[in-house]
Amino acid sequence: MLDVLKSPVLAVQDYYLLAGRALRNVFRPPHYSSDIFLQMDIIGVGSLPIVICVGFFSGAVMAMQMAKALAQYGAVGETGQIVAITLVRELGPVLTSLMVAGRSATGIASELGSMKVTEQIDAMRALGTDPIQKLVTPRLIAACVVLPLLTIIADFVGIFGGFLIAYFVLTMTPNQYWNTAWQALTYTDVFFGLLKPFVFAFAIVLTGCYYGLTATGGTQGVGRATTQAMVVASVLIFFLTFFITRVFVSL
Amino acid sequence: MAHDESQSVLRFEHVSVHFNESKALDDVSFEVARGETRVIFGAAGSGKTVLLKTALGLIEPDAGSVRVFGQDLRGMRETDLFRIRSRIGVLFQEGGLFDSLTVEENVGYPLENLAEFQLPPDQVRERAAEALRFVELEQTLDKFPAELSGGMRRRVGIARAIVTEPPLVLYDSPTAGLDPITAYTIIALIAKERDLKNTTTVMATHRYQDGHFMATCRFRAETGRAERVAVEDEGGLGTVFMVLNQGRIAFEGGLAEFNACADPYVAKFVRHEE
Repeated sequence: MLDVLKSPVLAVQDYYLLAGRALRNVFRPPHYSSDIFLQMDIIGVGSLPIVICVGFFSGAVMAMQMAKALAQYGAVGETGQIVAITLVRELGPVLTSLMVAGRSATGIASELGSMKVTEQIDAMRALGTDPIQKLVTPRLIAACVVLPLLTIIADFVGIFGGFLIAYFVLTMTPNQYWNTAWQALTYTDVFFGLLKPFVFAFAIVLTGCYYGLTATGGTQGVGRATTQAMVVASVLIFFLTFFITRVFVSL
Repeated sequence: MAHDESQSVLRFEHVSVHFNESKALDDVSFEVARGETRVIFGAAGSGKTVLLKTALGLIEPDAGSVRVFGQDLRGMRETDLFRIRSRIGVLFQEGGLFDSLTVEENVGYPLENLAEFQLPPDQVRERAAEALRFVELEQTLDKFPAELSGGMRRRVGIARAIVTEPPLVLYDSPTAGLDPITAYTIIALIAKERDLKNTTTVMATHRYQDGHFMATCRFRAETGRAERVAVEDEGGLGTVFMVLNQGRIAFEGGLAEFNACADPYVAKFVRHEE
């Protein structure tokens, strides 16, 4: 029984140790700024098309669904409000992070996993570089910066998608839609809506790095690490959004 | 056991390393003296790679102590280990080259990153080119490792291992998976590095020819090639053979003893390749 529990407990311990060392390195030299910008490009710019696409359609679908439900109460005019609140509070951060997890947690896990199984991580340590400082910390900083920015873009594009439905399908005036959308949002909504992707960035990068750096067993191990990174990062995103929302609603 | 600390480059004292339930190294003790060539034989999974990684401080032993250049690695922080590692060159089994860097960047990597060097870019370029010239690959500076053949990648790996001119170089199965001609080139380069720079060499291998070559051939600068030394000097090139069997040392001794060893496991490495 003890042996069964030992490996998940050790995994959690290693995960926290990795997180601690990655965070500590943020404040310690050397800083690999070129790696940070490169990762911002890979994680941020690289995820932009898919984030825009998902943001737009989720806003549009939300507007259609909500308009139908609101019609029962004669409140179709409130569609903008519902779309804005849902996107900014929940769907924007979660869907953006899930997309980035799909692209980046897996990408990080496979890249670091390949480096691990081909002894490049060992070589790095042997040649005077801390792999966590060189590989994990730049990805963490980059994701923490770009994920809230991607969320802002996804939120805006989503609300715009909702607007197109409201304007062309529901024949609402632009003023009506944008006013209700704008007025519905509070600073608390925006704060929690941006806090979430910031926290999710940790989950995505650390999960990808953890599974990559612990990959064993050749190319098969890299494949396994990639799948596990995707699954665990996605579950963590839902787990974390639940707790952050719990704090938010209790305010 | 009396020993001269100043002459000891690498020393293992009752070192054990466990992975989960299995023992990768089991109570391993040996000492490598300055200028010595130590050839470590063993089947796959016998602990050769683990032994070399433990010597580098990449793996922390569960028991025993490892001393490199007289310094105990136990409890050392990674930053202190970097200082020790700056004096050790290492060739990993598959070369361990960074895919995303060019050959020149790979070879110059330790000169740029090890705190003891951190040379300006022009000097790094110069030293990297010099190391590549040593392994006769100066034309590959701007290529990526994926564009090179297996043998060329090992040679770049050797260039990276020796670019800092370390007094101790570790080679992990440098000829594994190579054809006999390429394997000969690699071993001749290792002997060249040893004999021209007087480096202490620790080489893990499973090929008898590799160890035999290191024990009987010496690189001569005058002729520019490795030549067999006189028979009476055989085994006198400071070469010690060591055989690992399931993490334990099954044999340790000179070439003549190695050739004559009656132990069936040890004999496999001698006769199998002949």
